[in-house]
Amino acid sequence: MSIQHALLGLLSTGPKYGHQLRVEFEERTGDVWPLNVGQVYTTLQRLERDGLVQSDGEPDGPRKTYRLTEQGKHELDEWLYTPPDLTAPPRDELVIKVLVALQIPDVDVREILQSHRRHVLELMQQWTRLKENEAESDVALALVVDAELFRLDSVVRWLDAADGRLKRMALEAEPPAKAGPQLRRRSAVRR
Amino acid sequence: MSTLDLINISKVYGTGASEVRALQEVNLSVEPGSFVAVMGPSGSGKSTLLTIAGTLESPSSGEVVIEGRSVEGMAAEERARLRRRTVGYVFQDFNLLPGLTAVENVSLPLELDGMGLRASREAGLSALANLGLEQVAGRFPDELSGGERQRVAIARAVVGERRLLLADEPSGALDSKNADTVMRMILAACKGGVAAVVVTHDAQLASWADRVVFLRDGKMVDQTSRPATPEELIAPYRRQ
Repeated sequence: MSIQHALLGLLSTGPKYGHQLRVEFEERTGDVWPLNVGQVYTTLQRLERDGLVQSDGEPDGPRKTYRLTEQGKHELDEWLYTPPDLTAPPRDELVIKVLVALQIPDVDVREILQSHRRHVLELMQQWTRLKENEAESDVALALVVDAELFRLDSVVRWLDAADGRLKRMALEAEPPAKAGPQLRRRSAVRR
Repeated sequence: MSTLDLINISKVYGTGASEVRALQEVNLSVEPGSFVAVMGPSGSGKSTLLTIAGTLESPSSGEVVIEGRSVEGMAAEERARLRRRTVGYVFQDFNLLPGLTAVENVSLPLELDGMGLRASREAGLSALANLGLEQVAGRFPDELSGGERQRVAIARAVVGERRLLLADEPSGALDSKNADTVMRMILAACKGGVAAVVVTHDAQLASWADRVVFLRDGKMVDQTSRPATPEELIAPYRRQ
């Protein structure tokens, strides 16, 4: 989360005091990113040093207001359109766990997939409760909840796809005489 | 008393080499007011479970008990009455009758059960109104949007004194906004004491339920337990 850019965003509607910025920041992020006053003032000092905001009022008093400069407006606009880093993380822990499990004899990989699936569903149930109870009236929180639900949903989809793939591989690896219901509890293919 | 008890339910289709065990010793109890989602991939036995729970199909072995009464010993007529009075279904493709208006669709099960025309129409209108649908009462299914059709189907499923709601992928064909609306309606029905079982492969839908049970290859393999609190969920966002 870029506090710098969030503050520039809040200043785009007009000059504000430091304290006011802190309160608005928390409101606009669905109260999920609390900010201490120290962070706000250090960030504002840095923005001023870089020429992105300008202050007026007493130099060190609480009544000091900050306004966005032309350079600040330009920086904010550029940041909004710059794509975040969406390249794959170096290691996805869940994928690694499943790949390791495939190497271990006598481990039922599909059981492992199910245990992760259950855990992710439990998380999703709670996010959905939050949506049901509070998020409708708080657009920032609703957006955060949606983002989490879609992210967790994609994890479940991957688990489902992995499960299906391992099941098909197990069926293909088995001699036809043994195919059928008794196959179903069999652990996944080992390589 | 549970609204629905499935006790050691197995279902086998075919014989010999072509035998398929669709369900194997499944147990499930659903209390009044609770909302259970059954999750599993296609072919896991989800829909079979639902048709057996709704007495549309008989299990090969095991017992279906609805509000304390075993379905097994019931005469065909008694079973049909149970279906009309106690059980409501919602299907993915809505299954509304095209020649009837929304309110006629909703009140039809009551009429079939012998209720007078005026009384059943009033019950239908009140079911629609409870779900915020009074303005579509006079429209035909082809004059409704997909989301509205599914909401009418839910009104039909809970009209009268229905206490068990069974839904098969109820929002499969809807966008996420409409899907949420449908799930909120099911939740609202549960808060009024209805027991709901929804089968789905969709994790976002399943996450509306109080309890998610997982079906795999005809067996119930797992279920969710009491998950984390909202505070615990938000905690990672608070780490700076």
